[in-house]
Amino acid sequence: MDLKDLYRDVILDHNKHPRNFGVLEGSDAHADGHNPLCGDRLTVSLRLTGDRISDIRFEGKGCAISTASASLMTEAVKGKDRAAVQALFERVHALLTDDAATADPALGKLAALSGVREFPARVKCASLCWHTLNAALESGDATVSTE
Amino acid sequence: MAAEPAHLRPPPLDVARVRADFPILATQVHGHPLVYLDSAASSQRPWPVIRAVEAYETHSHANVHRGVHALSQAATAAFEGARERVRRFVNAQSVREIIFTRGTTEAINLVAQSYARPRLRAGDEILISALEHHADIVPWQLVCEATGAVLKVAPINRRGELEFEAFERLLSPRTRLVGMAHVSNALGTVLPVKRIVEAAHAAGAVVLIDGAQAVPHLNVDLRALGADFYAFSAHKLYGPTGIGVLYGREALLEAMPPWQGGGDMIRTVSFEKSTWNELPYKFEAGTPNISGAVGLAAALDYIEGLGLPAIAAHEDALLKRATAELQALPDIELVGTAAHKASVLSFTMKGVHPHDLGTILDAEGVAIRTGHHCAMPVMTFFGIPATARASFACYNDEADIAALVKALRRAREVFG
Repeated sequence: MDLKDLYRDVILDHNKHPRNFGVLEGSDAHADGHNPLCGDRLTVSLRLTGDRISDIRFEGKGCAISTASASLMTEAVKGKDRAAVQALFERVHALLTDDAATADPALGKLAALSGVREFPARVKCASLCWHTLNAALESGDATVSTE
Repeated sequence: MAAEPAHLRPPPLDVARVRADFPILATQVHGHPLVYLDSAASSQRPWPVIRAVEAYETHSHANVHRGVHALSQAATAAFEGARERVRRFVNAQSVREIIFTRGTTEAINLVAQSYARPRLRAGDEILISALEHHADIVPWQLVCEATGAVLKVAPINRRGELEFEAFERLLSPRTRLVGMAHVSNALGTVLPVKRIVEAAHAAGAVVLIDGAQAVPHLNVDLRALGADFYAFSAHKLYGPTGIGVLYGREALLEAMPPWQGGGDMIRTVSFEKSTWNELPYKFEAGTPNISGAVGLAAALDYIEGLGLPAIAAHEDALLKRATAELQALPDIELVGTAAHKASVLSFTMKGVHPHDLGTILDAEGVAIRTGHHCAMPVMTFFGIPATARASFACYNDEADIAALVKALRRAREVFG
């Protein structure tokens, strides 16, 4: 078990300097995510142009994995349509949970999260933002919990 | 603890010998020797407890209070012997006041459902403190929902101490029940339970003390304390999980209806009407956790063998040492700095979420608890989502503190 696999430079950087952090004024959809196990909370708000996420922000308090994952997610999904976001979520899910997962070039910077699967207690930290984004896209206004 | 003259001080604990009693301490975690600093969540078991449970399962098991055969009598003797052992440990008047439960949580729920729920009316008040574990909040909320009673909360200060005068001001003729921790699980604060009991009784309220975090560290004398109910768990005092104790004053227990029905708690059953067994069996429906009770009794023997004063002095020295060492580290903030504390050191590190700290410390073999410690209102009070919590038991030593400090330095390195 190597901590460097979990806390890669990309993760530490996005934790310290989260991208797209804050509330999106005049958003079309938003959702709150909560991990009661560790107290992490985050809100994802987004603007849709047709079927496409034209802008997205997140805010909240969380561990490095949850903050960095949300930050990386906002960068990755901006400009993508729903189907592409769903496809990306499935790739990220495989990355976090499937020991047999191999390098997936479609993941880009999100591949920095591959170390998480060696730390099963932390998978929910990394996936919270994706579940929250899903909830926002599905209902436009929702609260999700990891438990 | 206050400084005592040398001749009154307990002989120091032989920690090397104590550590040898706990086989799990030989475990390697991620290539490091286990440093177990999570005893406030659940302590480890010494050989005498493990062996007592094994001996019971090997030689004495049958159902209790039922058979005339030899094993049933042996099991009953072991189970009732454990009850007497508990009575002696907490100095209760009678074994009729010692009810075995699954743990502290079930003990508090028993009082909530059997004592409070039938008695309380709309406008009555239950008074707790802002330090309580969820197990001493939620059962009362259920009672309030069912009866229209109101939950009142006595505040704490920034050190994590009960504001005693505010507590007294909240006591009124409407206060029917006071529920209070003896020691805070999240912060380690030792509450002035004797004064709390006296003030509550003066106001005519019944008092339940949640002793889960106290019994492993402090001498608890229930006759001296005068609490009406006192709850604790075996697994926090070197015993098994799934067994705990509700102490209740006999007159109160006598007047309370059973809260679960079934075998063992009845005297006679007919389809028209059943009659209840005597105390304490009225509150113990179904086959109990017999081996758990045996393990609990062995744990109490073990604690008394070491001596609670010696354990308390040892843990207090570790807590003071760890407090000083963590205060000397950059970016560490202690959460809970009460003048009187037991065993628990809660803290945060600037720029590092407690969850990340927990993972980094685990990679170094150091087991601590991170999170809200089932005390979300305490976290809200301090404006934080969670803390890291190290807690000390009889088997911890200075090497454990050194490992904790080293692992915290490592966390600082990782996060820069």
